[in-house]
Formats: sequence, structure tokens, C-alpha cells
Amino acid sequence: MTLKKLAMGAAFAAATLGSGFAAQAQDSIYFMHNTYRTGAFSGSGIPVGDGTRDYFTMLNNRDGGIGGVKINFEECETAYDTRRSVECYEQGKAKGTVLYVPWSTGATLAAIPRAHIDKIPIFSMGYGLSASAVGDVFPWVFNMPITYWDGANAFIQHVAQQEGGFDKLKGKTIGLLHLDAPFGKEPIPILENMAKQHGFNLKLYPVAPAEMQNQSSVWLSIRRDRTDWVYNQGWGAMNPTAVREAARGGFPVNRLVGVWWAGGDDDARPAGDAAKGYRALNWHQTGANFPVIQDIIKHVVDRGQSLAPKEKIGENLYNRGVYQGILIAEAIKNAQAITGKKVINGEDMRRGLEALNMTEAKWAAAGAPNFASPVRVTCSDHNSQSAVYVMEWDGKAWKRQSSDIQPQKDMVRPLLEEGAKAFATSNAGWPARTEACQNNS
Amino acid sequence: MSLAQAAPAKPLLSPAMMGLLKVLGAFGAIALAIVLLVQSGAMPKGSVGHKVLAAPFIDMWELPDLFAQTIWEGLVAGVLYALIALGFVLIFKASGVFNFAQGIMVVFSALTLVGSYEIMTQRLGLPPGTVVAILALIIAIATMFVLAWLVERIVLRPLVNQNEIIMLMATVGLTYFLIGFGEYIFGGNPKVMITAQLGLPTGSTQFNILGGRVNIQHLDVAAAVIASLMIAGLAFFFQYTRIGRALRAVADSHKAALSVGISLNQIWVIVWFTAGVVALVTGIMWGARSDVSFALEIIALKALPVLILGGFTSVPGAIVGGLIIGIGEKMGEGYWGPLLGGGIETWLAYVIALGFLLFRPQGLFGEKIIERI
Amino acid sequence: MFYRETGQFKTNYAADMAIFPIRQDRIGIAIILAIAFLVVPFVTSEFTLKTIMLPFLALSVAVIGLNILTGYTGLISLGSAGFMGVGAYACYKLTTYFPDVNILIWIFVSGFFSAAVGVFFGLPSLRIKGLYLAVATLAAQFFLQWAFVRIPWLFNYNPSGAIEVPLRTLFGVPITGPTAELEVKYLICLCFVVVMTWLASNLVHGRIGRSWMAVRDMDIAAELMGIKLLNAKLMAFAVSSFYCGVSGAMFVFLYLGGAEAGTEFAIRLSFLILFAVIIGGTGSMIGSFFGTAFIVALPTILKFGAPAIGIAITGATAEKIVLMIIGALTIYLLIVEPHGLARLWQIAKQKLRVWPFPY
Repeated sequence: MTLKKLAMGAAFAAATLGSGFAAQAQDSIYFMHNTYRTGAFSGSGIPVGDGTRDYFTMLNNRDGGIGGVKINFEECETAYDTRRSVECYEQGKAKGTVLYVPWSTGATLAAIPRAHIDKIPIFSMGYGLSASAVGDVFPWVFNMPITYWDGANAFIQHVAQQEGGFDKLKGKTIGLLHLDAPFGKEPIPILENMAKQHGFNLKLYPVAPAEMQNQSSVWLSIRRDRTDWVYNQGWGAMNPTAVREAARGGFPVNRLVGVWWAGGDDDARPAGDAAKGYRALNWHQTGANFPVIQDIIKHVVDRGQSLAPKEKIGENLYNRGVYQGILIAEAIKNAQAITGKKVINGEDMRRGLEALNMTEAKWAAAGAPNFASPVRVTCSDHNSQSAVYVMEWDGKAWKRQSSDIQPQKDMVRPLLEEGAKAFATSNAGWPARTEACQNNS
Repeated sequence: MSLAQAAPAKPLLSPAMMGLLKVLGAFGAIALAIVLLVQSGAMPKGSVGHKVLAAPFIDMWELPDLFAQTIWEGLVAGVLYALIALGFVLIFKASGVFNFAQGIMVVFSALTLVGSYEIMTQRLGLPPGTVVAILALIIAIATMFVLAWLVERIVLRPLVNQNEIIMLMATVGLTYFLIGFGEYIFGGNPKVMITAQLGLPTGSTQFNILGGRVNIQHLDVAAAVIASLMIAGLAFFFQYTRIGRALRAVADSHKAALSVGISLNQIWVIVWFTAGVVALVTGIMWGARSDVSFALEIIALKALPVLILGGFTSVPGAIVGGLIIGIGEKMGEGYWGPLLGGGIETWLAYVIALGFLLFRPQGLFGEKIIERI
Repeated sequence: MFYRETGQFKTNYAADMAIFPIRQDRIGIAIILAIAFLVVPFVTSEFTLKTIMLPFLALSVAVIGLNILTGYTGLISLGSAGFMGVGAYACYKLTTYFPDVNILIWIFVSGFFSAAVGVFFGLPSLRIKGLYLAVATLAAQFFLQWAFVRIPWLFNYNPSGAIEVPLRTLFGVPITGPTAELEVKYLICLCFVVVMTWLASNLVHGRIGRSWMAVRDMDIAAELMGIKLLNAKLMAFAVSSFYCGVSGAMFVFLYLGGAEAGTEFAIRLSFLILFAVIIGGTGSMIGSFFGTAFIVALPTILKFGAPAIGIAITGATAEKIVLMIIGALTIYLLIVEPHGLARLWQIAKQKLRVWPFPY
């Protein structure tokens, strides 16, 4: 009995190991997308995953893919775990994905050193390694439309606007509520820099991943320090808890500003009326009133092919998934135009991404007029440091609160370049860029 | 002199009281020493000594409202930790199993509650409100009963009398299964607890006292009241009912209980069911404070220092331990955390518990460990 | 029929005490090693090497380490991932300070740092026992995890908080860093595993190992027999943490190649390692490998293997189903054989001995 079982298990394992993964049929573009629909961060992971998935399903259903080629879209579940992300990366590589979308900072860091060897570009949209914005050092990594450093910069600009000028910041106390992990600590250098420049006090309020839903002591500290503004660099279950605790502790929620990852509808909604006024940065519009979203509803949701409940379509994080889909699709189109091939590979995709220039006209052509500010990638700038705006939760939906805020490129860019240089030094043997520069028209 | 030698016995106070007095005395001496040090100028303001030993207490003195609020928050957190720990203790006492799955039971029960409410209101079209919420509550309780029964049948019965680490492992297996199963049935997205529908209060009251404000959430008060009622109910159940007596007998000795005709299997189902109900209550309370998601499972780890502090087998230990840990960690994080860059809450609880353990290895209220060769 | 020890006589004590007293066992080990060194790296796909073999090898060292502590000395620890992290950070600091010394030496040396930390956190084991100790070691886990994020010196003030793996070579062949070939990394990991296993197995069969087992079976009795509990227990913590440290350094430098180590070496990994020890079989070297295979390879094989043989479950559903299967299988295995996979292996060998005439 036992022996037989062991033997069967061994046979099963051998069959799996031996078979490997056959290369995909070459009449479609294979794109593997990391998601986390399970685990502690699924609350933020699900809507984003749904948005991108539905967008590509819509393209396949409506246009038959991109440039006449179907997109073979597949999800790989990571549960926000680096080891599983590595599995997903390897699977994507074996199946010939044109792009790797890690969806976690840890997974991005583990993949970046391999990108130029495996010839798979990495697209970490507004997360990951900030310094990878420097295309001269990281030709294979893209992190448009904005880095965390720009985000922190925009937040301080917003505070200055609200207080009536940068000179009014002097003596104010500004807090950073952050997940106690590299992701959360990312804005610290910029905030420290600006604190020195403008004379405000910076206070740090770390929240350990294990304490995401147990934040009362952090908010007591905020009350003790009489902090004037709090910037929330959180993700997953940390955000709704932060909004609630702010309201519980009597902190005015309209002085709590979340990074773009803290701007989910589900981050604000659970707190009910108490969340009214909660703010977050964003780089695209919310709501379903865009032709592209309507097309998704028509071609995907109404056919029952979406995993998202209908009322969630058009919510902020869902739209972010769509936004990502639009950028990727545009890059695929670019790659097809540049190479003249229909079925592209990772190298072509890299060139397509580098030639990305989402003008307002292009946004409109993609069915999303005025959906987001233009994104222009160049060989040395893989980020574009686009404008963000501040939105406010009105109890039911997000409403635009401020006009566009342009991050101070002259302040952030040198830091990015410094970071890139440090990365190249500490990764001894980091290759100099050899990839030809794409003419960005 | 000779009198004292002649009558060595009969101490004035019980040993426990003496211990307490000693601890209080030590604290008093330390406090005096700190005051003297500060006054004498040996610890100038801004020095490390001042920051660690004096500044936090000065803070407490100067902002009494914040101090009161900190204590209150610690108290509330402590009650909730105690509730999770209670689930562990019940099962450990009766079946000798360190139930690692208690954390996921909290999530699973709360998910069942919210999930069945969602299904009933959205798919079946029942009117949202208290009636359906109560119905969902009944479904959740029934699910916990089925779970307890299945656990007893499938896991406990075949593993009876195994080493404790193997039982622990089995509950780890149960944890994995329940995570997978829960996510399969309810999906991974966080859900909002149906606080108002269950009739739980949601507002808050602000007291303007102590030269400031102390904010008290009605929900927290409700949590404390419900927890106390539940603990009282359990105590009554254990003390005065037939099943409760059987339960205590089983906790004392499996063999002796079996020999007087107590059905171990029945007792285990009851105990696991009780722990399931405790988990459900915990899930409702934590869920109402943030939301119901699988991230909540991690919260259950907070019960572990409470357990070693209070002892694995003691219900009062779980409560007192919970309160000590709750208040201790909120105070530590609030007043000493900034010195270390914050976020010390994750390990402070363990350090507090370890400190106690070094003096009482069996926990504050645990049974004295007697080892024989 | 093939596995029979008839005719193999032991003529001295050394032969009797050998780790593999039966000739067929020795042949078997030789064949397994030959396959592992000569066949596996050239036959298996890159996917298998990277996602199954490398983490399997790296983690099996930690599992052996914890098995020394839990299986041989009877002390349960839930701080293994923290100690692994110490090893990873120590290796990173060492190789950035002294880039000229070979990385393999640093991977090995980083174990000593981890051992020192382990001894410190092992001190409570003198007072506390059993599950109380298990929970107490969580203090180490959480404290270390906190320290990894809080002390920027550990990751050289890198703004992204990550540790990055620089390119290092051995005889001109890159062994760490992005350009190192998977096969090379695999062989290096394998060498580490073989050496560490050999060391561990000699250790547990020797005087020290015997004193550990005496402590495990009853520490008071062991003390009465003249075994110094302080030495034995702290030694076990030191050796165990040493293994964890080496494993952590291997995990980051040879497997992941750059990571946010603070989030990588989290409590979840600690539980997984303990899980592997128990499922594999406490107090068994081969059990450590079985256990690691169960927790590392099985989920991956289930998740990516099922679509390969035509069962179309992918993405999140696969993840959920794999979790359920692993959970159910754990309970099933414990019911069938509470002493772990190693015991099953023994039974299989026993049956094979008398096969085909069991009576």
C-alpha cells in the first residue's frame, strides 16, 4: 500500500518535471500577469488584477487582440509571496511572456537583475525600485508613471497648497504612516530632504505587517505629537484600518493623504461616514464614464467573462488595472509598428515600452479621453514622472479635490540617478547599457 | 529576637500578597531612584537616561488625557487578545491540543457570518436588516458546530494520545485547509463586518476630562461587556452544569474521566464548538474594528504571548495575561517606542511575557510543573 | 531480493557504528549523489532547477538545523526564519566589506554570526520548556524581523531597503549575481547541502549528539548523568542557528538573488520550516529532506504540474486548491504515520528487506 503510493507519487512528480512547459503556439502574444487574489493583500490585489484581465479580454473580444494577434493572457497567483513570484517569473519565462509584471516590490527586486539576461522587460507601475526610472542604467525596467519619491514630493506640495504656501510649512509636523517594510519606507529620503528645506518636522509612524489591523498605538502617538498632516504609505488591510483609526482618534481625515495604493474604494468605504474627506493621490480618473470601461462592460462583463462584480467596475483600483492594460497594449502596438512583426517577443516589447508616448490624443484613441495625464517614456527616463492629483472620498465615491500636481523633477531626478548609480555599484558587474535607443516619435 | 525564632510559621500575609508587595516595593524604589537621579542633575534632559527613565513618565504626567486614552486602548486590545487566548486555553485544557488553527477559525467564522449575510441579502433577495443578520449569526454558529464535529471525527479521534507537537502539526494542517477552503468559498477580498445590523453600537463618546479629551468607542465598550458576559457564562457553564463538570474532569485526567463513563468524543466536540463560538465573537469584534480579511489571521499570533504569560491551562490567566500584554504593549509603543524608531509592538509583547516566564516558567496561573524521573 | 544484508559481517566496532552499515545503502547513496551531481543539472528544465531544486536545497539546510534542535534535542523553535535572516545579512555585510574573499567562505562564515545570535535567544530554554519555549522563541523571530527593517546599516543604507547580490566568481566562473548559471548555483548549493549533511550526521552520531538525545528524552535524567544542560542546550541552539544562517545566506545569494530580506524571513517561513521537520520526521536526517520536499516542491508541482497533465486549474483557484490539498494531506499523513515521512521510509525499507517472502 505504502510502497504503491510512494511509487505513484514519484511517477506523478517525474511526469511533471519531465514534461516542462511546451512553447506556446506562435500565433498569439503570450502575456503572463502576476496577481494576488489570496493572502493578506488580496483586498488591493483583486481589483487591480480584474481591471487588467478584463481589459485584455475586451481587446480580444472586440478587436481580436492587438494588430490582429490575440493576446494570450494568463494570470499567475503569487499571494504576495516572493518565492511564488519567482515561480511565476520562471513560468512566464518558460512560456515566453513578453512582459513581466511583478506586482510586489520584493518580486520586482528579485527579477530586476535577471531582466537583461532573460530579455524580459519588467513593468512595475508606480511601485518597485524607484531608481529603476533611470533608463540608462535599467534599460529593461519601466516604472511609469510616477515613483514613490515623486509621490511624497507631490504630497508636500499639496500640503503647502492647503496651508497657503511653502513658507507656512515651517514648524508644522508632518507624519509618515507607513508599512514597516521597504515599500513603506521608500518616501523617507524625499520627505527628510524637504523637511530640511522647508523647516517642518517629520515624524515616522511605522506599522509592522503583523500589526496592520491593530494600529491604535500608532494613532495615539499621532495624537500626542499633534501631527498636522499624515501621509499614508500603506497597502492591503492596513489602509481601511488606518482610515478607521484616524476617525476613532479624532484625527481630521481630510488631513490624512494616502499614496495611490491607499486609494482603493474598499479602503475608505468600510469606515462609513467617518471616512468622508479621506484623501489619496491618484494619477487617473475613477468611474465608469469612459468609452473603454463601457466597452469592457459590453464585451466582457455582460458576457459573464469578468471575475469582478458589476458594481466594482469603475472603482479606483479596477481602473488602475485598466490603466495598466492600456499602457501595455499601447506598448505592444508600438513594438509591432517598430519591428513590423505581428507576434512580438520580449526584446521587441522593450523597444515598444521605450517608445511609449501616451499623449492626450492617444488616451482618447484608447477610449479613455482625459483619463490620465500624458506619459512619455524616453531612453533615459523610464518613468516620465507624470502629474498626480488629490482626490477626496465623499462617502460614496472618489471626487477630484485638487488640480494636477507636477512633481518637482529637478529635485527627484538627481536622487533617482544617485540611487541607480548606487545600485550598479553594489551589484558589481552590472552591465552598461548596450541596447540601442529607440527614436521616440 | 528569641520570639521570632520561636514562631517561624504563620506569616502575616499570604505568599501571593507578599510577592505583590515585594514587586510594588521594587517599583517604588526604582521610581524614587529615578526622581532622585533627575533632581540631582545626574541625568540632564536629553541624555539617554533621561529619555528612557524619566521623559516617558513626565509625558504621562503632563498629558493625563492621553495617558488615560492609552490605558483604555490597551484595555480594549487586551480584552480582545484575551478572547483569542481563551479559545486556545479551552481546547488545550480539554484535549491537550495547542490549536494553531484558532486564528483561522476567527477569520473563518467571521467570514461565514458576513458571507452568508451577503448571500442572503444579495442573491436570495432577503431584506437587509437585523433579522437576516441574526439568521446569518445562526448559520455561522451552526457552521462552527459542524466544523467542531468534523475536527473531532477526522482529526482528533485518529490522533488521540499522540505527542503534543504532532497534535499541533495537525492543527497547522487544518489551518492550511481552512485558508484554502475559506478563500475558495468566500473569495479573498476583505468584507465589511455587519456591525450595525447585528445591533452593535457604532458611535463614540468624548469625555472632556483631565484637561483634554478621552474618546471612548461604544463598540469597544460593547466588546468589553460581551467578553465579560461570555467569560462569566463560561465560568458558570464549567462550574455548575453536568457537561461543565465532565469537562473539568477530562481536563484533569483523560483516563480517569473515561473510567467514570465520560465520553471524551462528546466533550471534544463541545469544547471545539465553544472555542468556535469564542472565535466568532472575536472575529466580529476585530472585524468591526477594521474589516474581515485573511490578514486577520496574523492577529491571532498576538494571543501567543498572552498564553505563555497566563499559562496554557488557565482561563483567568488568559484574561489577566491579555490585559497585561494589551496595556503593556500600548504603553511601551506609545512612550518608549519612538526611542527605538517605533514599531516595537510586534516583539514587545513577547519580551514582556519572557520577562515573566523567567520567574514563573509555567506562566502566571499555570499549573506548577512537577518533574519526576 | 536486492536489498538484503545477508552475508555482510561486521568485524569491528567502527563498522557496526557506521552510519550506513548495509552495503546496499552505501550503493544507494552513491547512486543518488551521482544522479544529483551528474544527471539532474543537465536533464531538468530551468524552471525546475530554479523553482524547485534551489529552494529545496537552500531550505533543507535550515530544516536539518531545526531538526537538530527539535528532533535531536527536543527544543521547539519558531525563530528559524529570523536566524536565516541573520545569516543573509551577515553574508551581505561581509561580502560588501571584503569583496575579495570568496563568497563561499562568507556564506559559511555567516553561519557563525547566526549561531551567536541563536545562543543569545536560546538562553530562555534553560528555564522554559516545550510549547512555552516555542512561543518564547517567537520573540527572537519578531525582534530580528524588526531589526532587519529598522537598522539601515544592515542593508548599507540602501534606500529601497533591499539587499542586492553582487557578482562573485570562483575560478573565474560567476557563482552569485545575475549572470551566474543556474546549473552552477545548483551544484554549489548541492555541495553545501552534502557537506552540511555530512557534518550534521557525524555530529548527531557522536558524543555531542548523544548528549542532545539524552536531554531530549529527559533533561533532568540527563543532568543527573552528568550532562551539562547549559552546554548541551546552548550548543544545540548554536549549531541549529548556524545551519539556519548558512541556509539564509544560500537562500538569498544563490536562490533569490536580491530581496527585501526583512519581509522574506518572516514568521511564515519559520512555521514552514518547523512544519517540514515534523512532516519529515523528527530526529531523522533523511526525514529533513522528505519534509523539505513536501513543503517546497509539492505545492509547486501541484500548482504547475496539474495544468501540465491536463487538469485546467490555474491562477488563484489553483492556489486555493493546493492549500486545501496540502492541509488535508498533512492531516492524513499524521494520522497514517505520526512519526513522519522518515518512518514511512523505514517501513518501506523493512518491507523491501524481506520481499518477496514476507513470512
